[in-house]
Amino acid sequence: MELLFSLVVGVLTASGIYLLLRGRTFPVIVGLTLLSYAVNLFLFSTGGLNTDAAAVIGESLTPTDPLPQALVLTAIVIGFAMTAFVVILAIRARSELGSDHVDGQQGEAGDGR
Amino acid sequence: MSLLWILILPIAGALVPVFAARHGRRACVAVTLIAPLLALALALLHGPTVIGGDIVSQSLAWMPLLGLDLALRIDGLTLLFALLILGIGSLILFYTGYYLHTDEDDGRFLAYMMLFMGAMLGIVMADNLLLLWLFWELTGISSFLLIGFWGHRSDARRGARMALAVTGAGGLALLAGILLIGQEVGSFAMAEVLAAGETLRASSHYPAILVLVLLGAFTKSAQLPFHFWLPHAMAAPTPVSAFLHSATMVKAGVFLLARLNPALGDTALWALILSLVGLATLLYAAWFALLERDLKGILAFSTISHLGLITLLLGLGSPLAIVAAVFHILNHATFKAALFMSVGMIDHETGTRDIDRLGALWSMMPLTGTLTILAGAAMAGLPPFNGFLSKEMLFAQSLGNNLLGALSALIPLLVVIGAVLSVAYSLRLIYSLFFAAPRLTREQKAQPPLEAHDPAKGMLAPGLFLAAMSLLLGLFPMTLAAPLIKAASLAVQGDTTPLFQLVLWHGLDLPLAMSVVAVVGGILVLHQHRHLAGIAALFPGRDAGLAFEAAVQRVIKAALWLTLRLENGSLQRYQALLILCALAMAGIGLSRLDALTGEKGMQPLDGMLVLGAALMVFGAIGSALSHRWRLVSLLMLSVVGLTVSMTFVRFSAPDLALTQLSVEVVSMILLILALFFLPQRPPLLVSSRRILRDLLLAASLGLVVAMLNYAFLTRESLSIAGFFLRESVPGGGGTNVVNVILVDFRGFDTLGEITVLTLAGLATFKLLNRLKLFMPAGNLEGIRWSQHRYPLILAVVAQILLPLALLVSAYIFLRGHNQPGGGFIAGLITAVALILQYIARGHDWTRERLPISYPVVAVSGLAIATATGMASWLFGYPFLTSAFGHFDVPLIGEIELASAMLFDAGVYLAVVGATLMILINLGRVTTIHRPRLEER
Repeated sequence: MELLFSLVVGVLTASGIYLLLRGRTFPVIVGLTLLSYAVNLFLFSTGGLNTDAAAVIGESLTPTDPLPQALVLTAIVIGFAMTAFVVILAIRARSELGSDHVDGQQGEAGDGR
Repeated sequence: MSLLWILILPIAGALVPVFAARHGRRACVAVTLIAPLLALALALLHGPTVIGGDIVSQSLAWMPLLGLDLALRIDGLTLLFALLILGIGSLILFYTGYYLHTDEDDGRFLAYMMLFMGAMLGIVMADNLLLLWLFWELTGISSFLLIGFWGHRSDARRGARMALAVTGAGGLALLAGILLIGQEVGSFAMAEVLAAGETLRASSHYPAILVLVLLGAFTKSAQLPFHFWLPHAMAAPTPVSAFLHSATMVKAGVFLLARLNPALGDTALWALILSLVGLATLLYAAWFALLERDLKGILAFSTISHLGLITLLLGLGSPLAIVAAVFHILNHATFKAALFMSVGMIDHETGTRDIDRLGALWSMMPLTGTLTILAGAAMAGLPPFNGFLSKEMLFAQSLGNNLLGALSALIPLLVVIGAVLSVAYSLRLIYSLFFAAPRLTREQKAQPPLEAHDPAKGMLAPGLFLAAMSLLLGLFPMTLAAPLIKAASLAVQGDTTPLFQLVLWHGLDLPLAMSVVAVVGGILVLHQHRHLAGIAALFPGRDAGLAFEAAVQRVIKAALWLTLRLENGSLQRYQALLILCALAMAGIGLSRLDALTGEKGMQPLDGMLVLGAALMVFGAIGSALSHRWRLVSLLMLSVVGLTVSMTFVRFSAPDLALTQLSVEVVSMILLILALFFLPQRPPLLVSSRRILRDLLLAASLGLVVAMLNYAFLTRESLSIAGFFLRESVPGGGGTNVVNVILVDFRGFDTLGEITVLTLAGLATFKLLNRLKLFMPAGNLEGIRWSQHRYPLILAVVAQILLPLALLVSAYIFLRGHNQPGGGFIAGLITAVALILQYIARGHDWTRERLPISYPVVAVSGLAIATATGMASWLFGYPFLTSAFGHFDVPLIGEIELASAMLFDAGVYLAVVGATLMILINLGRVTTIHRPRLEER
């Protein structure tokens, strides 16, 4: 199970990185989101992968580590705020520069890296 | 408390001239002088105690964890330097009142001088090595300001930059040395460091410590090969040179050597480096002082030479050599400050500092001449001046050395040569200026001869006082200097005080013979000066200033080249470089592991897990492959997101699952809205090489991350979970530990986070302001979008759902402290419910019925959370201390109320406000602009 979990995190990371290296803003945003899934899962897993062990006192005899969960919870919300900011930055950049390329130099007809 | 006042007075006094400048120069100087004179008086109050051999010290904790205390001391060495800094400093401030031209900003100049005075005083009073270093750097900065005071002149700017670069680099080396000392001794307190000499000298780090500390001292005191900055610093106004470059700052280096002598001195390495560097500096600088034509240049080289002499004495290290070194610090400060003042006056009156252009000034400037002759004779080491005494002591001590084995006899020989040169350049200064005719070039002869006269009495007075002091110190050394010198030597030696006699007449002995040789030799050398200059001209040296400037330019060029290579403006390049770095770092980490699989066994797989993994892999890879079909890519992304939230359910994280689910909904709405504003189908023009590179990078990082995660998961790790699980109910009053951590244990983090959230929301306002939009009116095939904007069924369902959703979110919020839920999740659910209304009915319709200002909501949420935190101050607890209690409410029964609940309400409001601010703002733009066909 641990092997499978880490492979999935690896695949999410790789897909996220590939998208992050694209030249247009939208795939970069999608890549960022994928990468944050991977990072959140990684962080979360540092508390151990335990089943039926919610960190609620009285629910389980061996509750799981609550700290990574608290960290990841805030990370999810912050991640949303950052995604929103980048999305709107991308929209603004396109309206100012006339291109959705991350470097803002090439026009719409520029090369599509 | 009085020790601190001695230091605070000059530093705070730096503000006085800034405000006093408008009341005229004399008044400004007069009030500025109050602070240093008071400080001097306070320091002298400790005189009797210190001369008696005691140390006055005082310490205030500043940053105890770093070992940095505001610890001050006055011992003999400090007292000597405090006298020089405050006494000579006050004289020079007085002199400054006459020196600057009327249109110059004297307030600023005096403020810098006072700042420097405070910094220098800090060095000599510091009873903590880190504190000493702090003031050391402060002298560097204030001297940079002073040297560059005439910032309109390029030589002043260059000189200031060079001094800062050289002494600043030395300062960094010194810091490294100090940190090493602290590591060896276990403390930065001066008393402990000085007492730990045995430990330090035996340490294997001793050579490194010594070299680093010496780098600091030698750069500051302009010892070879770092001497070159001092002549360039002569671009400063002359009072600066008199103060910084004769009496004080350049002495900081030798002060440091003297101060640390008990801790680092008395080893063969110390003796060898100090005496050889000192001797070389002594000779080299004396030779150049003889050849120099600029009056201040002569004094600068002579200063370097005398600093070399002091370094040599400290290197010789015998008790009497140290007495001589301390004595010479005092002597050199008195005669050199006087000489700088006289050169300043000559420059001021004649307008030139060229020694060849000047001459026969005796009849025009008799008082200035008297001053120069007195101080110059002291510099030459002629009897009965103070310079003669310390030079005799040097001769005596150099005779007894055995530094170089059989070659030791060379040292007294070289010292005599140095003394010959010193006599020669001192007499040359006096003779050429006042008695010889000027050596003019043909053009200069055509000009009218120089007219000059003695400056105002006030300008002459400080210099005459110091010159008289040189004479008096020479005549009555035992009365005037010996007690102070004895106390200072005691501080330098550590424990023993040698018995010494400061007398002019020792009887007919070898040192006296050496003095006679020096004087006769000096006169001969001066007589042959023209030939010597001719010989020297055959060997044109490289200008150290130019070489330094060239080196600086080379470094700047290299930095520029590197920056342009790294920063070509392409985000893709930066990301690729960052990923490469991450790969290297993680790779290094992984290579240190013995085995990838740790000691913990793996848990078994089951069908659901495999299915979930397959979904995520499918979604992730699908979203990457279909990135040009943006809607498809987005759908794939949401598959991953939903499966992630299922993963949280499976692995006992209900709070995370709820959060992820609601964030997923909000993000998808956001991204679909974004699609509307971005090109629908980007052009496909990309080299296969680029794709291959990106695939390779992505795959390698994915692999490394997977390996790291696997290595982590199969190992036991230490956790602080126990604390939170144990303290959650008694300390936080809730059974849902994750929520208790968020609103209580780590409440400060949460506060920071909702602040970021609110800021992101507010930033979207600005970014969407006056947006010029590219909005498509139809899809790529030219089919127009549907005109039915608000589907009826959705509108009806949304309206029914709203109260239900609000109820659910209230429930989730209330139970959050004890069961999965809380402010974050409830806020997101409320946000989703409200957004649904906007989607179903449009912005204007909803706005009419829900006239809420979301920025106000978000900011008031932030305010509530902050106020809750601050409320604990009222009860005398730290920020964000929580309290809870159980209350009996009629009809409902017993409920628990915690202050954390109020904090969570703040979180709730901030999340609702920020989320809606972002989405509604973006959604609104789609309706206020008229859609038009996209220009492609």
